[in-house]
Amino acid sequence: MTNKVLTCVGCPAGCRINVEMEGDEIRTITGNTCPVGEQYARQEAVCPMRILTSTVRITGCPYRVLPVTTDREIPLASVDEVMEIIRSTVVKAPVSFEQVLIENVLGTGANVIASKSMPAA
Amino acid sequence: MMKKYSAVVIGGGSAGLAAGITLKENGIEDVLVIEKDDMVGGILNQCIHNGFGLHTFKEQMSGPAYAERFKVRAEEVGLNIKLKTMVTHIHEDRTIEYVNPQEGYVTIQADAIILAVGCYERNRGALAIPGQRPAGVYTAGQAQRYLNIDGYQVGSRVFILGSGDIGLIMARRMMLEGAKVYGVAEIMPYSNGLPRNIKQCLEDYDIPLYLSHTVTNIYGKDRLERIEVSKVDEKLRPIKGTEMYFDVDTLLLSVGLIPENHLGDEAGIAMDPRIKGPSVDENYMCSIEGFFACGNGLHVHDLVDYVTLQAQRAAMGAVHYLKNGKPQEKECRVMPGKGVLYTVPNRIHPHNIDKTVEFFFRINEPVDEAVITVRCGERVLRQVKKKYLVPSVMERMMFTAKQLADIDGDITFEMEAVSHDE
Ligand SMILES: Cc1cc2nc3c(=O)[nH]c(=O)nc-3n(C[C@H](O)[C@H](O)[C@H](O)COP(=O)(O)OP(=O)(O)OC[C@H]3O[C@@H](n4cnc5c(N)ncnc54)[C@H](O)[C@@H]3O)c2cc1C
Ligand code: SF4
Repeated sequence: MTNKVLTCVGCPAGCRINVEMEGDEIRTITGNTCPVGEQYARQEAVCPMRILTSTVRITGCPYRVLPVTTDREIPLASVDEVMEIIRSTVVKAPVSFEQVLIENVLGTGANVIASKSMPAA
Repeated sequence: MMKKYSAVVIGGGSAGLAAGITLKENGIEDVLVIEKDDMVGGILNQCIHNGFGLHTFKEQMSGPAYAERFKVRAEEVGLNIKLKTMVTHIHEDRTIEYVNPQEGYVTIQADAIILAVGCYERNRGALAIPGQRPAGVYTAGQAQRYLNIDGYQVGSRVFILGSGDIGLIMARRMMLEGAKVYGVAEIMPYSNGLPRNIKQCLEDYDIPLYLSHTVTNIYGKDRLERIEVSKVDEKLRPIKGTEMYFDVDTLLLSVGLIPENHLGDEAGIAMDPRIKGPSVDENYMCSIEGFFACGNGLHVHDLVDYVTLQAQRAAMGAVHYLKNGKPQEKECRVMPGKGVLYTVPNRIHPHNIDKTVEFFFRINEPVDEAVITVRCGERVLRQVKKKYLVPSVMERMMFTAKQLADIDGDITFEMEAVSHDE
């Protein structure tokens, strides 16, 4: 039996979650305050996943950048490659809230969407 | 004629928007929100990372997305917001002076004023690091704004002083933008940032955290070239012979936030030195009648959900005041005892509580397990055991009006660590 102590990144409460493993199998999960924490621990123990947030270049409005986010978690290991795609993306205003800007980025199943609406100038 | 409003909210960040919306929803018609920036949302606009709103909306949102929800709601309720308008002075008689490009200098009158002005960052001047004064030294929040709103790269070789959350979030953000982040130095033996940010901003990216370390010198003529980092002893004095050098072009300071209290201070509102923001009662009313405070302008928050909640309560406090006037009964102080840094509110009128009152408090050092005791003199009002407490995570405790109805003296919050001999 091995013990893993994880810090839940689900929200700023940052609960410390204790995962008891036997080989590759999860035996018990304790310490989470809400179900998000349990899901997180289950995933973190095998393949850490993260929401990725960044900005993309935008034209046609007074601002140079638009905040974006993946609409679901992507593997932590593919963050660097996804960032390369995000960095080379330029969008044009107007953009609506949660508009899909990059579909199925890097085949992760996640879309990169707008974190805010941006009217054209 | 001076224009008159029932309620004026100063600041259009998450606190100001929530307060304004709540006032409108509760039948206060002529509400005005004044915001100095060209958009509402305040600090949320530059916090493009996610982790907002889990408790309010049961989903993980980025800062701008959280702001967007409130912006839409504000439009629905027809909230009157003046952008690019800066409040320059407020006075005890509840007159407000503001300035904007369309109207110039204007003075208005309000029956109730809600201060939702946010906080500011401590800067290097306040820290007094010896050495030169080259470009390339920013507060973490300044850098966050340049990068996330203005869209400019801040630097390519980065070091961060202070483990506050903005610094941790900027460490990850700059790594993602292709910069190299050499490390984060924290003068205390523990981090001031949230555990989740240590995990997902530093550990995920192998960025070292140097606890009990500080920046002791800065070198560079025009642009920053190099910094010296030293270990400190228990009295936080640098230890000779422990110097390390990092060749960086950017140093970010993330050494603490302070409520923006100068407007209130100037009006004569009493400040609680422990939070550096106004002293408030159960309705978030300040020492001067008709003034209310909430959000980071009251005390620094790490969770936007609580800012929203608090702003709604402050707005309800204002609604109550507009209908009933100020409470007449004597107030009891609420004070931090051993192990506790502060409590908000820091005074209550026991018979003025509408159903419940929630206290926010912070403990003064990390403990694995502790007992929190709330007492009135010898009488214990509540005693609870809690695990893994850290100063960076704000604690909350709710009391009903009934539980506090027969309070006759000051209330204290105490924290005692439980030691386990293994
Ligand atoms: C860097 C950082 C990261 C955070 N990360 C998270 C997170 O991951 N998850 C989470 O839940 N919470 C997070 N928080 C906490 C939360 O988002 C903030 O505490 C909250 O948004 C603060 O809202 P506010 O309205 O009190 O302050 P602000 O957003 O600062 O709003 C104050 C507003 O008042 C305006 N103003 C000030 N003075 C005047 C004046 N004289 N005249 C006119 N307008 C004025 C300002 O322009 C500003 O828009 C974070 C906070 C910070 C600082
Ligand atoms: S377990 Fe739930 S409450 Fe605790 S940090 Fe995770 S998401 Fe937040």
